[in-house]
Amino acid sequence: MVSMVKTHVAIIGAGPVGLFAVFELGLLDIETHVIDVLPKVGGQCAELYPDKPIYDIPAIPKISGQELTDQLMEQIKPFKPEFHLGHVVEELQELDDGFLIKTDQGLSLEAKLVVIAAGGGRFTPKKPPIQGIEDFEGSSVFYALKDRSVVKDKSVVIAGGGDSALDWALELYPETKDLTVVHRREEFRAAPHSVQNLKALEAEGKIKIIIGDIIDIKGEDGQLSSVSVRPKHDRDQLIDIDCHLLMPFYGLTMTLGPIAQWGLNLERDLIPVDTEKFETSAQGIFAIGDINHYPGKLKLILSGFHESALMAQAAFKYIFPDKKLRFQYTTASSSLQKKLGVRE
Amino acid sequence: MSDEDFHILAIDPEGQRHKVPALEGWTLMEILRDAGLPIKAECGGACSCATCHVYIDREWLDKMRRKSIDEDDMLFDQAFKVDEERSRLSCQILFSSEINGLKLTIAESPKI
Repeated sequence: MVSMVKTHVAIIGAGPVGLFAVFELGLLDIETHVIDVLPKVGGQCAELYPDKPIYDIPAIPKISGQELTDQLMEQIKPFKPEFHLGHVVEELQELDDGFLIKTDQGLSLEAKLVVIAAGGGRFTPKKPPIQGIEDFEGSSVFYALKDRSVVKDKSVVIAGGGDSALDWALELYPETKDLTVVHRREEFRAAPHSVQNLKALEAEGKIKIIIGDIIDIKGEDGQLSSVSVRPKHDRDQLIDIDCHLLMPFYGLTMTLGPIAQWGLNLERDLIPVDTEKFETSAQGIFAIGDINHYPGKLKLILSGFHESALMAQAAFKYIFPDKKLRFQYTTASSSLQKKLGVRE
Repeated sequence: MSDEDFHILAIDPEGQRHKVPALEGWTLMEILRDAGLPIKAECGGACSCATCHVYIDREWLDKMRRKSIDEDDMLFDQAFKVDEERSRLSCQILFSSEINGLKLTIAESPKI
């Protein structure tokens, strides 16, 4: 489905800095749409360390990655940002009066300004180092499934022991001909109730579990027929398992992705900006948070928050060229308080 | 021995040897990153991504402290070509004078 949306600012990246940019822009009456490749908000905080405490957010002695994300979502609620999650921004075109963004999910977004808050880049699945696996990607090897009907009556192998692996296994097994989970050790890192369910289904003979490593795959013309597993406890043996569809889940890694093709100046995969406006080499495109670089840059969430505030001041001048920018405090300004919904 | 004499020997994924200055109290990941060697360390040292995977040379294994459950979890779930004896996450190992001269090999970054 192709849809066309217009807004003031498109923010690429829904990590803490992208979310706080919604707040700073919102205070200045600037509308935002936020796009992220992950199916959830929070970026690295939510994906890599949701439960790990962060100790250097000013005035918050200790907060987990997920709590920080939740608090930011609460803070930006009054500004009603639109989220487009699970989208990769593939194209960024310059228009006469702004930019056109196109995502891999068919979204077209016209924005006056673009704010890149993409952190370490786009999250993408780690691909196992199995010879020839690329030839089967998209036809027999999937890192996520949009169309679940492809597993119907197929022999499916799921590799991994974390939540993604187990969630997919538990959800897909009833549709498949047979489903095998291949994991490299006996312990599973997934949530305990998922592990319990998996073990119960194994006991009932509905799911197979093999402890070992997939070292080879076989098939023709993009269609897999089997995978070879080297069992953990018998390194000299090889077990061939029927497999039409393989889903590897070994976590995510980050890559700059399509941003590299947008014609911006880059330095070692970072985007140089000035420290007044945090604007890139392209007028109207800003970069904030871990993805930018300037003399003295520190990759801290708090630096990204500061950058959001200054970027918003510069954005205001582009969006409302005829208005005078009034600097206000949320403590004192009744108009800001009205925007925040704390005053009638 | 002064701090300046501390070092580790790192072999990058291409097989190049590097003698890298080391500081007590720094993690091996920080030491490798500071030297500009190819170590992604995406989560910044939180034991949450397995992109700082290294192989410790056999002769140093008995000097290493044991892995935590967290480190083991990440190695088994998210790293590739894991060697049960030698594989470690470099963000989880603090450098100290006892391991001065430690030799390790940096694992390849995962394919994308």
